[in-house]
Amino acid sequence: MAENNPFPGENNTGHFWDDNLRELKNPPPRWWMIAFWASVAWWVLYSILYPTWPALPGKSDGENDFTRGILGWTSIKEYKQGVEQVQLVRAKYDEQIASMTAEEVLADPGLLQYTLASSKVLFGDYCAACHGSGGQGNPGYPVLADDDWLYGGSLSRITESITNGRKGLMNAHATILTEPEVDALANFVVEMSEGGQGSAEAWQLYNDKGCVACHGAKGDGVLAELPGGEILTVGAANLTDGIWRFQPGGYESAKHTILYGVNQPDVEGTRDAVMPAFAQVGQLEGKLSPQQIKMLTVYVHQLGGGQ
Amino acid sequence: MSETVSAAERGGQAGSMDEIYAEAEQWHVNTGNETIHAKRIPGRWRRIKWIAASVWVIFFLGPYLRWDGGQAVLFDIPNRQYHLFGVTVLPQDFWMLSLLLLFFAILLAVATALAGRVYCGYFCFQTVWTDIFTLIEEKLEGHPAQRRRLDAAPLSAAKLRTKAIKHLSWIAIGFATGFSFVAWFYGAGKLWQDFFVGNANAAVYASVALFTVGTYVLAGWLREQTCFWLCPYARIQGVMLDRTTVVPTYDEGRGEPRGRMKKDETEDNRVTGDCVDCNQCVAVCPTGVDIRKGQQEGCIMCGLCIDACDAVMDKVGRPRGLIRYASLDEMEGRHAPAMLARPRVWVYSAILVIALAGIFYGLSSLAPIDLKVLHERAPLFVQLSDGSIQNKYTVKLLNKANDDLKVRISVRADVPITVVGADKPIQAKHGDVTPGIVFVKIHRKDLVGDSVPLTFVASATLPNGTEIEAPRESAFFGPRQ
Repeated sequence: MAENNPFPGENNTGHFWDDNLRELKNPPPRWWMIAFWASVAWWVLYSILYPTWPALPGKSDGENDFTRGILGWTSIKEYKQGVEQVQLVRAKYDEQIASMTAEEVLADPGLLQYTLASSKVLFGDYCAACHGSGGQGNPGYPVLADDDWLYGGSLSRITESITNGRKGLMNAHATILTEPEVDALANFVVEMSEGGQGSAEAWQLYNDKGCVACHGAKGDGVLAELPGGEILTVGAANLTDGIWRFQPGGYESAKHTILYGVNQPDVEGTRDAVMPAFAQVGQLEGKLSPQQIKMLTVYVHQLGGGQ
Repeated sequence: MSETVSAAERGGQAGSMDEIYAEAEQWHVNTGNETIHAKRIPGRWRRIKWIAASVWVIFFLGPYLRWDGGQAVLFDIPNRQYHLFGVTVLPQDFWMLSLLLLFFAILLAVATALAGRVYCGYFCFQTVWTDIFTLIEEKLEGHPAQRRRLDAAPLSAAKLRTKAIKHLSWIAIGFATGFSFVAWFYGAGKLWQDFFVGNANAAVYASVALFTVGTYVLAGWLREQTCFWLCPYARIQGVMLDRTTVVPTYDEGRGEPRGRMKKDETEDNRVTGDCVDCNQCVAVCPTGVDIRKGQQEGCIMCGLCIDACDAVMDKVGRPRGLIRYASLDEMEGRHAPAMLARPRVWVYSAILVIALAGIFYGLSSLAPIDLKVLHERAPLFVQLSDGSIQNKYTVKLLNKANDDLKVRISVRADVPITVVGADKPIQAKHGDVTPGIVFVKIHRKDLVGDSVPLTFVASATLPNGTEIEAPRESAFFGPRQ
């Protein structure tokens, strides 16, 4: 090529196109070369400090090995450090909460904020599947954001519910009551839910057939009011408000509950209303510690603004 | 190349390419192979340059200005608040920053459209710091010829000493630059306490180190190369000039043909133009360009060549202004419209005024508290046992005042409502967002339609007794009717 060079003596590379277009041997600017070698140095330094070369032979199990870098950095280590740091921040709140009752946590604005924020995850993991992400309930599963607490809405009652679970019982009345009686009672329930008072005959039937034993003398599910504002219940529905325990509510729905009961073994069509116990027994995986239950109690209590 | 082109044409094209290559030999592009040692001379534009550059004194002294017992201007990034003369600006107010950036961007455009790269020539830190660096160089090493001699001289103890003092001074200025910069963000007093005993954080040391090295390299070594090859503004501003822009220009009609003064020449018999070809305009140029070749990218429009040329014209008894601030239109004898008759000026000014008005409105209407209301979505509403409907709201109170405040939340609506959770005031920490939860209940019979508009109002009493209020619109949702 050099012998055909039309521009001999010029500092060209001997590559030329279209007669006279040729590549010259001009060096790049010095700053560019400095940057270039600095990048190379950076890369060498990086490969010494950090894991870099993959696909090396050498692991006993036949897997490929890689260079680890003298800093010993790994992404999982970095992640774990991050988690530790978060735990460190949370620890001081968690310790405080551990030494306090749920009532005390509720009264402390700062801790309450912390509890509400951090329990949102717990609620999502353990409660939201049935009760909805915001406690809005699901068909057959109670709303937690309202003020209708069949087992009591105080902190201690909520703790009880989470710890031991709840399982309400109601007899199936298909074989106990006559059809007109079921019809009368279902109508009575609907009337009450719409704010009515109920006729004397209906109340008579309600008392005679034993409804009163669980649903209370006033039909509001309260068996007795204890000193200190607590109520005594067996979890029977409040028949005097507009909230239906089993959806969709109304005459047919009420009749179905009366006929087939709640949680009756061997009764087809019975209402299913079981909340499992969430307390940790021993080291059982997947259950809640007392601390978690305490925090969830506060969270659930605040969903509807407390009682 | 197509087959139909004849060999002669090919030869002709090759010839024109050779001409272009020959021309390329003549091109002088400053790629930093030689250091520009510009001559310093006094003059009008030199004086203006110093006055403009003195703006940067604020950069060094500003952090020591006090206001209400704190630093007057402090950009407190870790705590996410800016303090500007007693006004606290939080991230929520950052729309003002965009207006501020708009203002300065347009200011740059206006200045460039009217008078060329005034920013480059008079204000830019690269220009100003390089000017100071070369001033130090001149004081230590002498005038440009002496400096070139020193550079070429073999290494000696004296040369080493001079050079060492120069570089140390440069590094010292670089350090002062970095230190002052960080003081705006870290607090000047705290910085002096922490920095020298190793108590400041890594970001502080890294910033100061970066600025020290950056200043030293950019103003000490790269100098005009920064303007030539690094700076995007130099390129942007280059395209913002037009024919009416007033820039330092060599009056070719008056100056050419240039020629040196001859002994026996008088004003009557001279055949040359006014330019005496003394090259003083090139000698004083900080970027080493020859203004007589016309407007070019290397020119930062600092006007120093005007000073040089005027001084020479005075000396040889010819009128000043051979190099002067003039537009291309003026030089070519066209009609140059008055500044106020150019639509560009009006459009630019209007944007400037809008941006400024926005900033002033923002700063003057910064409410000490700001209320946000988030409506709970799951569930949107809840039916209560007494037949009323309840909605849940998370209120977020931003307290921009300098003290913690007890903030009361109230809710206004056209229908009877019950508010739960707002009976106790919220203790809002200053410079922070405090959340709270409020429930609103409306009885089913009072609900008209699916939703009812609500107005949440946060009110508080400042320590000086002033009552403040921050309203926020929201809505109440009920079941579809």
